[in-house]
Amino acid sequence: MSVYLARRFVSLTLSLIVASFVVFFLLEIVPGDPASFMLGLNATPEAAANLRQALGLEGPPIERYFVWVLGLLQGEFGISYAYKVPVADLVADRLWVSLPLAIYALTLSTLIAFPVGIIAAAKRNSPADLGIMGATQLGVAVPNFWFAMLLVLFFAVTLRWFSAGGFPGWDEGFWISMKALTLPAIALALPQASILARVMRSSLLDTLSEDYVRSARAKGLSRRQALWRHALRNALIPVLTIIGLQFSFLLAGAIIIENVFFLPGLGRLVFQAITSRDLIVVKSVVMILVFAVILVTFIVDITYAIADPRLRRAR
Amino acid sequence: MTDTALHDAPDRGFWRAALRSPSFVAGELLTGLFVALALISFVWTPYDPAAQSIATRFRPLFDPAHFLGSDHFGRDTLSMIMVGARTSIAVAFVAVGIGIGLGVPLGLLAAANRGSLLDEVIMRANDLVFAFPALLIAIMITAISGPGAVNAIIAIGIFNIPVFARLARGAALTLWTREFVMAARVSGKGPVLISVEHILPNILNLLIVQGTIQFSLGILAEAALSYVGLGAQPPIPSWGKMLADAQTLISIAPHLALVPGFAIVLTVLGLNLMGDGLRDVLDPKLRRSRT
Amino acid sequence: MSLLAVKDLCLSISGTEILRDIDLAVDAGEILGVIGESGSGKSMTALSIMQLLPRGSETGGVIALDGDNILAHSEAEMCAIRGDDIGMIFQEPMTALNPVKTIGEQVAETVMVHGKASKAEAMRIARETLDRVELPGDRFPLSRYPHELSGGQRQRVVIAMAIALRPRLLIADEPTTALDVTTQAQILTLLKRLVDEDGMGLMLITHDLAVVADIADKIVIMKDGEVVEAGETVALFRAMKHPYTRALFEASSHQPARVPPTGGAGAVPVLEVKDVIRDYKLPRTSFFRPAGHFRAVNSVSLTIRKGENVGLVGESGCGKSTLSRAIMALEATQGGVIRIEGEPVTTDKGASLAARRKMQVVFQDPYGSFNPRHRVDRLVAEPFHLLGSEAPKGAARRKAVEEALVNVGLSAADADKYVHEFSGGQRQRIAIARALIIHPSLIVLDEAVSALDVSVRAQILDLLADLSDRLQLSYLFISHDLTVVRAITDRVLVMKSGEIVEAGDTLEVFTNPQHPYTRTLIEAAPNLEQALAAREAAAAAPAE
Repeated sequence: MSVYLARRFVSLTLSLIVASFVVFFLLEIVPGDPASFMLGLNATPEAAANLRQALGLEGPPIERYFVWVLGLLQGEFGISYAYKVPVADLVADRLWVSLPLAIYALTLSTLIAFPVGIIAAAKRNSPADLGIMGATQLGVAVPNFWFAMLLVLFFAVTLRWFSAGGFPGWDEGFWISMKALTLPAIALALPQASILARVMRSSLLDTLSEDYVRSARAKGLSRRQALWRHALRNALIPVLTIIGLQFSFLLAGAIIIENVFFLPGLGRLVFQAITSRDLIVVKSVVMILVFAVILVTFIVDITYAIADPRLRRAR
Repeated sequence: MTDTALHDAPDRGFWRAALRSPSFVAGELLTGLFVALALISFVWTPYDPAAQSIATRFRPLFDPAHFLGSDHFGRDTLSMIMVGARTSIAVAFVAVGIGIGLGVPLGLLAAANRGSLLDEVIMRANDLVFAFPALLIAIMITAISGPGAVNAIIAIGIFNIPVFARLARGAALTLWTREFVMAARVSGKGPVLISVEHILPNILNLLIVQGTIQFSLGILAEAALSYVGLGAQPPIPSWGKMLADAQTLISIAPHLALVPGFAIVLTVLGLNLMGDGLRDVLDPKLRRSRT
Repeated sequence: MSLLAVKDLCLSISGTEILRDIDLAVDAGEILGVIGESGSGKSMTALSIMQLLPRGSETGGVIALDGDNILAHSEAEMCAIRGDDIGMIFQEPMTALNPVKTIGEQVAETVMVHGKASKAEAMRIARETLDRVELPGDRFPLSRYPHELSGGQRQRVVIAMAIALRPRLLIADEPTTALDVTTQAQILTLLKRLVDEDGMGLMLITHDLAVVADIADKIVIMKDGEVVEAGETVALFRAMKHPYTRALFEASSHQPARVPPTGGAGAVPVLEVKDVIRDYKLPRTSFFRPAGHFRAVNSVSLTIRKGENVGLVGESGCGKSTLSRAIMALEATQGGVIRIEGEPVTTDKGASLAARRKMQVVFQDPYGSFNPRHRVDRLVAEPFHLLGSEAPKGAARRKAVEEALVNVGLSAADADKYVHEFSGGQRQRIAIARALIIHPSLIVLDEAVSALDVSVRAQILDLLADLSDRLQLSYLFISHDLTVVRAITDRVLVMKSGEIVEAGDTLEVFTNPQHPYTRTLIEAAPNLEQALAAREAAAAAPAE
């Protein structure tokens, strides 16, 4: 177990190092002089030199890379070119919208998908199964941002149960904020839940045909008991992988969905930064999102070891 | 995935079996419809999709002159949908092409040198790309070179590479332990020849099925990217852009949001149904379990 | 009244008839051997009794357990019977246990699911049952996971699951087929002991006559979904009324006619293996220890002369497959040399083409040995790749393929078919044809007949013996099956833990084994004739 964990941890660290290098290379080396790039048409040599100095973009790339990474480690992301304030402050507020939204959606998606997938597998080829398969087939095909627009049209414009968008801020109260995140979370969760339910179903059908399920039936377990006690836990292993992958889709999806609901999240920040050529903000946001994705992969790997005793020994 | 890579019977009777699968037929009809719309748009559309006309703004659905209505500039929705289909399908198709073209050789190479440093490097690089969702790649490319359909293709294409590399490697690894591959090695055949002659033909089915799935994901991703302004730029019509325009008008002209949305849903649904149908037909494991 | 009485059992699955009018009976304390080749319906009979048939199955007739027709029971009633009144064990111990649950949980579950005891009591019974199947608590605590056990140990856990509640009837479907001979002997002894202790009835299903000859009281022989002959064991084998029984009996102890190899004593040996070593790196188990090595082949030497058939026997994990892959230059070695007719199999630049031209291989699995997308002519001609530009082309190539096919008893027209059109035995012939096509001097037969039914196996052995005589071929015959090795080889090597512990003339080694391990192997190997003779002697001796 310890060797397995340590290996995963080393791999996590390596991924982060290489990822930071890729991000730095793409957003600071490829554009040539980032200062001139950000200034665009206003890039006189003096202005560029001033900006370089103001934003700490002087010196050889290697040095700048290490300064950037060391800053990241201390929670220092540099100063935004467009807003002229520390990026860390900009990001912190917005992270508290995007991250809760992604987690909320992941929770919803899992809570919906598990029972639905299990019912479909347990009642294979029944009307319930066919209905679920049809509905999830549709769910997989629906773009989440369009689904979000439909939700707004129905629940906000027509029924007026929710406001059409905006976010009051966590200071205004937990439940009010959660309510503002509910429609976006549903819009994100339902298409993902469709995928997850289908994976759950097929994984469960696979394990149900395993020999050990037959052994369990020979011991006198009913079909249902064999499913719950033997097939389910084994079926969860591939499902975990999908949940891990879904988190990165949900994070990306959250950034898009924020546009539909006018939520002040990372998505709005990064799209504004692109428009204003603020590479420093783009670089930081991308790095934070990549960090989140890699971290979730690591957590999934640990969960594997808990779910599967074979991994607890070194592999 | 393991043994499904191999299937015992060669492809005779494939079409006969395929045409008996209702999901394949339904999927093919839907996909065919949108591909046809895209192709027809090259020679004919009801109106010029960019032509604005104040007089015919906000026409409803099934208007005698505008079958699918018109938008706030009086542009014909059907014409825009037809040309938009072209963008979506082209972007997704090229992106799948990039994924297969680069991912499959990488996966086969890794499998042929399993356990080596090369294998390790290829697979770790794949893991790394997985940490960058297509949206992040698009964000970075757009930040340094401005928006455009090509960005969408590259972003989605890069994301497809590890998908196909992993699939190809996984399936190839099980094939490398098969006795017919050992027999080929005893016959003096090298890794490249074996990969081409014995491995690739036996993972083709998997690749085709995954290709359809990635195609449909590509359509969704293209729509999302152009919705947030990272994809095709005006005046090139795209479904995502149409939805972005429709969003502010949703309370006065909901049909502007409904039509492109349904176009996306139906295309993706068609591709997924086709993929499911193909899997049923090509995968002997499932076929056996159904009899 | 019998414990289990099956009368006129019929079974069809999705309209296909699988079983027809099966009659059989098992008494308490009795062992019934059910014998049949693949497709005979023996496993389906067992699953019918358990009512664990696949979807779309329809059964008819009567299955009476102590007079109670369980075929008429509901699913809920069957759940109460399974595990409590009837236990069952299956062939594949590696997959029969849930990998994420401890062995204690899995054995205790049998007790708990029938509501017979509290959790603590069930765990106590599990411990007791594992002790009964000879998995003592100090080495096999209840907290062990299946992946920490060997195949034989896992099969013992499966048995413990089945007998935890001391059922009246135990059904064992090929319980030892996936195990090594020594483990097989232990498991059979264990089953016999449990039958005697608990007085339960045992229905032992197998394809191997020799396995049941020793312990079964009665025997049922099945073919194509029907019972062809039934009776008391020794009497049935001595009389053998039905021709199929006779054919089966002959095939299982078949001895192909062979001409002993003649010359070549002084010539260059066909295969020379000298001090070969193969090490594997082990995965690290701890940070603080360097990765270990596992020596799969330890300084092995052997020689095969022209026309000679040499057997290499040993149990799984002894290194025989590794050695065979090293000989075929499919794996690197860490020491020693391997020469085919004086030509080293590996050079500085990897595998030597010149050596490979003189050697071919036939594998175990007739279904995995061919690329399903190629036609037979392309499959059989594949070794021509070794000849490079000298390989025959066009009509000459076709002629060579047809010749090879005819040589193995197939027809020239078979070249245009795909492998899925052939049976397992025919596929093995195609594999031999592929090996023959470049006229090698050595063919490595890696468990080449192990996956075949006895009757087909006998035919393939005849073919191999005939080819060896006619073409002066040498074989390296790798097998775990002593009967087969004895039938076809001139000399035999016994391998254990990566080393050759005994070598000599086949007859000599089998009749007068020197090494204790060889003795264990030979004693453990089921032997039909010996078993019958022993039982007759026991019956003739006056009861004590």
